[in-house]
Amino acid sequence: MSIQDLEKIFQEKIDNEIKIEPKDWMPEAYRKTNIRQISQHAHSEVVGMLPEGNWISRAPSLKRKAILIAKVQDEGGHGLYLYSAAETLGSSRDEMIADLHSGKAKYSSIFNYPSLTWADMGAIGWLVDGAAILNQVMLCRTSYGPYARAMVRICKEESFHQRQGFEALLVLSKGTDAQKAMCQDAINRWWWPSLMMFGPKDSESTNSDQSMKWKIKRKTNDELRQQFVDMIAEQIKVLGMKLPDDKLQWNEERKHYDFGEINWDEFWNVVKGNGPCNKQRLAARNKAHDEGAWVREAAIAYAEKSKHKKQAAA
Amino acid sequence: MNNYFIKKFYYGDIPEENTGGKTEAAKADNAHSWPLWEVFVRSKQGLDHKHVGSLHAADAAMAIENARDVYTRRQEGVSIWVVESKFITASNPEEAGELYEPAIDKVYRHPTFYVLPDEVAHM
Repeated sequence: MSIQDLEKIFQEKIDNEIKIEPKDWMPEAYRKTNIRQISQHAHSEVVGMLPEGNWISRAPSLKRKAILIAKVQDEGGHGLYLYSAAETLGSSRDEMIADLHSGKAKYSSIFNYPSLTWADMGAIGWLVDGAAILNQVMLCRTSYGPYARAMVRICKEESFHQRQGFEALLVLSKGTDAQKAMCQDAINRWWWPSLMMFGPKDSESTNSDQSMKWKIKRKTNDELRQQFVDMIAEQIKVLGMKLPDDKLQWNEERKHYDFGEINWDEFWNVVKGNGPCNKQRLAARNKAHDEGAWVREAAIAYAEKSKHKKQAAA
Repeated sequence: MNNYFIKKFYYGDIPEENTGGKTEAAKADNAHSWPLWEVFVRSKQGLDHKHVGSLHAADAAMAIENARDVYTRRQEGVSIWVVESKFITASNPEEAGELYEPAIDKVYRHPTFYVLPDEVAHM
């Protein structure tokens, strides 16, 4: 069969909502785009453990510590589901991790912002996970089977993340003046970076066409961002707090909230590696990996020794 | 503000690969890596084990422990099977025609193929 025929069959499957599975023929660019997107997504989950791990020992109660540990453990698990999905496309786990640690592979820029106060744990759960969920719900229907299945699993676990974040803020919002101020401050700092998570405006993003045609992505950056703003603008009323945007206003005609312009200079700056924590995050990942090397080696040595022992006994 | 080179974004706010950091692929230590295992979980007594995903582990015991940590954190299972991925043989999608099409025209294998009078009960 010619490449053109194969490509036609491939596109027909996608158009008919038939998932692509690992051993199916696929265009090289589809494979590469998926490997890149899935591994970047995995890296984001793994690096995403750092801003929150930072607060485990300082969470205000045993209950909050347990919740935070469970959440961070989930993020590690999400990274693993996604690495596994990328591996089905022929990319090795070690290569992906080495690329993250060398700085070659990238992850979501949101994790290059620092988590300064306890309220940040609430804001991250509510806003950052909230934004991620919109992306991830869309990706449950992505065309590559293993990626879609990983996303279904992740989405099931993710909703606890957002709810615990909102609840943590809700408690603060009913607390002392200082606690209320801390809650508002965290919202002020995380609101704009959360909007940036959806990426540049559709008018400046050239990839979307092909990714939409292949149904890797199913909604545009701007569609998702609007969905997020509409959702949060209502939820914040329950907290009795304010989003830091004077232009935020319900537009009766559009049936959506209008909102102010994102500071795109800041966005590009963080994306290009000049965010507050880019270096710190990579250094932390490398340190953890390097210091865990002896464990990985010992496990292999132990497995081999046990195998020989078994063989000798048999 | 429009002079930036970054144009393509695949997942939200993730940079292109040429935006800093090293560009050449890092050397991965594949020789020392743990093998890949496929994980099957029985969600409750009486049901089949179902494939849930895969993970890396040095040996079978560790694969079970890791599977417990990754795939059953919310009581999703009561039993786990693991098998090293390299031992799984899969059918080839290109042979799907030969393998599965012969079943398409054998409608007489289904009970609904047989039209019986209404009086016949319990069948």
